[in-house]
Amino acid sequence: MKQGVWRRWSAISIVATGAIVLTSGCGSKYFVLHPAGPVGEKELHVILWSAVLTLLVIVPVLMLLAWIVWRYRDRPNNKAKYTPEWSESRLLEIVWWGIPIVIIGILGVYTGKVTFALTQPPEKDAKPLTVYVTSLDWKWLFQYPGQKIATVNYLNIPTGVPINFELTSDAPMNSFWVPSLGGQEYTMPGMATRLWLEADKPGTYYGHGANFTGSGFADMSFHVKAESPAQFNAWVKSVRASAHPLTTAGYKQLRKPSTVGDLTFSSFPPNLFNNTVWAEGGRYMQNSMPSMSSTVSTLGKNRGLTNHSN
Amino acid sequence: MSITPASASHHGRSHGPLEYRDPHQAVKITGFWIFLATDMLLFGCLFATYLVLRTHTDGGPTAAHLFDVPGFTAETFALLTSSFTGGLATLAMRNGNRKWVMIWMVLTMLLGLTFIGLEVQEFVADVGQGATAHRSAFLSAFYTLVGTHGTHVSIGLIWMLLTLIQIARRGLTAKTARKLFVVNLYWHFLDVVWVFIFTIVYLSGVVM
Amino acid sequence: MSEALKHFADTYLMWNEGYLIWISDILIVLASIGIVAALTYFKKWKWLWRNWLTTVDHKKIGIMYLLAALLMFFRGGVDALLLRTQLAQPGEHFLSAEHYDQIFTTHGTIMILFMAMPFLFALFNIVVPLQIGARDVAFPYLNAISFWLFFFGAMIFNLSFVFGGSPDAGWTSYPPLTELGFDSGPGENYYLIGVQISGIGSMATGINFIATILKLRAPGMKLMRMPLFTWSTLASCIVIIFAFPALAIALALLTLDRIIGTDFFTMYHGGDPMMFINLFWVWGHPEVYIVVLPAFGVYSEVVATFTRKRIFGYSSMVASLMLIAVISYFVWAHHFFTMGAGADVNTFFAVASMMVGIPTGVKVFNWLFTMFRGRIRTTLPMLWTLGFIPNFAIGGATGIMLAAAPGDYQYHNSYFLIAHFHQMLIGGVVNGMLAGMYYWWPKMFGFTLNERLGKWAFWIFNIGFYICFMPQYALGFEGMQRRMYTYPTDMGWGSLNFVSTIGAYLMGIGFLFIVWQVLYSLRHMEKDTTGDPWDARTLEWSLPSPAPHYNFAVIPTISDRDVWWEAKEHHHTSDLLPKVDQIEDVHMPKNSARPFLLGLSFFVAGFGVIFNWYVLAFVGLAGIAACLIARALEDEEEYVLPAEEIVATEQSLGRV
Repeated sequence: MKQGVWRRWSAISIVATGAIVLTSGCGSKYFVLHPAGPVGEKELHVILWSAVLTLLVIVPVLMLLAWIVWRYRDRPNNKAKYTPEWSESRLLEIVWWGIPIVIIGILGVYTGKVTFALTQPPEKDAKPLTVYVTSLDWKWLFQYPGQKIATVNYLNIPTGVPINFELTSDAPMNSFWVPSLGGQEYTMPGMATRLWLEADKPGTYYGHGANFTGSGFADMSFHVKAESPAQFNAWVKSVRASAHPLTTAGYKQLRKPSTVGDLTFSSFPPNLFNNTVWAEGGRYMQNSMPSMSSTVSTLGKNRGLTNHSN
Repeated sequence: MSITPASASHHGRSHGPLEYRDPHQAVKITGFWIFLATDMLLFGCLFATYLVLRTHTDGGPTAAHLFDVPGFTAETFALLTSSFTGGLATLAMRNGNRKWVMIWMVLTMLLGLTFIGLEVQEFVADVGQGATAHRSAFLSAFYTLVGTHGTHVSIGLIWMLLTLIQIARRGLTAKTARKLFVVNLYWHFLDVVWVFIFTIVYLSGVVM
Repeated sequence: MSEALKHFADTYLMWNEGYLIWISDILIVLASIGIVAALTYFKKWKWLWRNWLTTVDHKKIGIMYLLAALLMFFRGGVDALLLRTQLAQPGEHFLSAEHYDQIFTTHGTIMILFMAMPFLFALFNIVVPLQIGARDVAFPYLNAISFWLFFFGAMIFNLSFVFGGSPDAGWTSYPPLTELGFDSGPGENYYLIGVQISGIGSMATGINFIATILKLRAPGMKLMRMPLFTWSTLASCIVIIFAFPALAIALALLTLDRIIGTDFFTMYHGGDPMMFINLFWVWGHPEVYIVVLPAFGVYSEVVATFTRKRIFGYSSMVASLMLIAVISYFVWAHHFFTMGAGADVNTFFAVASMMVGIPTGVKVFNWLFTMFRGRIRTTLPMLWTLGFIPNFAIGGATGIMLAAAPGDYQYHNSYFLIAHFHQMLIGGVVNGMLAGMYYWWPKMFGFTLNERLGKWAFWIFNIGFYICFMPQYALGFEGMQRRMYTYPTDMGWGSLNFVSTIGAYLMGIGFLFIVWQVLYSLRHMEKDTTGDPWDARTLEWSLPSPAPHYNFAVIPTISDRDVWWEAKEHHHTSDLLPKVDQIEDVHMPKNSARPFLLGLSFFVAGFGVIFNWYVLAFVGLAGIAACLIARALEDEEEYVLPAEEIVATEQSLGRV
């Protein structure tokens, strides 16, 4: 049974290799590993660097474990050294307090840098596009305040333009996640949070709510279609011309728990998003990924309320 | 010998405060201190909740127009004084003076009852103005924090009564002395919590 | 009449929900009849009452915790297999969304609160007093109360499955999903009340063991001579007493919202759901360390014993335990980097979370260097420990990856996260608890468990683990979220999920091997007559297996860290044996029915609150008050065990 350790080792390495092949593998299904925008790319860098730095520790540890278990197994004819009283070594202890401290130090600084860098899109000529996101039971409402149109369960965005998402919820909290473009942000009732994403390449990207909201949760998927600014503008025009408006009554209907397919609206009730946030004494998450000049940063002042940041 | 370590019971202290003399009772005091740490954190979480929610009045009554300065001053006075008389009871216990223990404790309980009475009166008046716990998150947090303290005080009163019954029946033994000491420790702790409620809830409520 | 009966059956017994419920109902009725019949037939009622239900003996309470933990492990495991069966292929209809939601909620809650917690309390109870040379814990009566609060809390929680409906909003129970407006059934109340009641018991256990360890150590056992398991218990209990109040408050406030209509966490009147999430994780993250620190303690004992070597870097081990306990309070916000806090807050919590890796890394190196130049015996406890190290190394690495906040924006709530915390909780905690169970089994029961069946269990469970969870890391990169009851075919998640399900079933088979092993060993018992079957190092192994109910006839004086090993090395084990002339009368705590009745009263009161049946709630509260008052007025809580009886017992054990 002593050789069992080796057997298990081979089992582990097979599975681990399998996992590595799978995770680094081709196949565009690995959204996180094949980002289509600058935010996802930065996040992927952090993912890869943290993986490499931790591997620096765990690979030697695993090799050491295998060697020690083999070398010092309890066999009558084992000639390896046996020192039952040896239990202190200042030097060795300094080494293994030191190594993780150095690694965590490097990773910590890098993490902090990226965290701050991701709060804003880099200076660019492209004027960001604002999209208001509201999670409902169990669907996503997207409003384009600049274009005055709204969609449900899908959104079109222009490539090469930072999208400034303002997020809230008119139902239990959810999380807005488009893995191909970058990480997620919670949508919370009575609060507005922010997230910016950008698509470099045209394509249709998978999105889904990431925070459980009850029995319809599994149906809360949506898709993001990135296309050239010209195509995007054409789409906006056609929506304005052909779709129906979203009325207040229509929103009330939409708000009720249900699942729906894709919907398109040529307009939405004015201030719908702000009213949702402020309906019950809500507030704005000032600190969240503060983007450039925000429409909502003036919102608190209009209301004569102070902003809170928790 | 008991389940406490041999060394402690062999060299059981013959001097020192009465409540600590039996090591078996001394362990219980240690345990009670640890309990107070958890209870302190319980209140800490309620204070944190209150601090987060105190501006969430949703257009309802605010702290400034709800809190009644003479009312909460009287409550503070009653409770702080009761802590003092409770301390005097502990001193009388260490002197082995059962009569004065009883007198100080009864006084402590009367002051505690006064405090509870005032607090109930305050709550009833607030609710009369429509400031119920359902009105806003601020009021939910207010009633829960102050009410939890009030519940603690009420439990403390029952506990004191039970302790007094035992002292009346059995006199001041190592065990009843420890019980008296512990209930007073609890009482002082509630006093400290009240000082925080007084400053964080009431004073800053009327000032800000 | 029949209409009323049908209404009752549908509302409370959920008879209209299909065969899963019917089967469970029938099984529960049959099992209950079976237990009652067996107890009556073998005339064991009195035995049950005297020896178990009213006991205050830490060893028996430990055994009851262990039994409860294994039963809950089974229940949580069945839940897991139901979940994995549903997810085995895309578009599966084995479970409805509602049932799936209930099952993942109960799986999580049971595994962490009703399996891991009692499992470690079992080990605390069985081991700590014996390791430090005490006759019982500091407050044996309180200890029994802790157990019965846990027991009845778990009963309430489990009852939801067949009476009224299970909670279905996840073990984290985030509002406003858990507020009345979105979740009106009794299920969520079951969660709040069940967890609250057992949580009170946990706080009491924390207090009890801190006092025990600080005050009841045998003479000569300085803090720095304490075995590492005792140290880990101390660290874990310190975290318990500082973390559980936050949970108690979070649950209590949510209960108030649901029962009396306050607005702490609602979407209305300025309620703030974020506050619940903060309070929950102020408890929730330390909770992870509460369960893993004792596992670290077990590994330290096991590694030293089965390499026949002193633990390497004892002071570092102690320091790292305490450091982890402290850091555990400064990491909670890493559970919601994506909640919109600023980059400064996220960076702080990211770096603090990574820092946990430093002391844990040190521990792994110290275990490795304890084995280095030792003689490694691959017994069952050692195998589970060796299995833990690679598991924990990989899980720790992915933990650091998760702590890097920008990365977490992509892993959060995905299967990457699921794989990570299962690797920590199974690889870290379950491995540790099972290693501890195998290690101290002879001390509890006086016989060892069959090695061959245990090795089968180990290999099947561990291989199953990797097959189950490695694919889930990949699924996270593929964008699969947690808590989806099903997924569409075109996402391409099917094959990895299928592999994962196979792994889960292997783990289930591994568990069955453990059950078989225990049953087999009961029949073919290999008795431990030495009291020291592993050639171990610490004080508990100087006692016979199982230890007599007073533990130590004479409290020994401790002169060294590995006191039993040193005594064996220097041939003075007789120093640790009692001498007849030293044996004195001992005061032992009396058995009491009150802890059981107190737990029962909490059960009744809790049940009343869950269904808003206030008369019942009041009856329960009156019962609680009656138990507390009776205890306060009690005079004699101890009895005298005469010296002659102890001498006779020790003689029959051949120790004097």
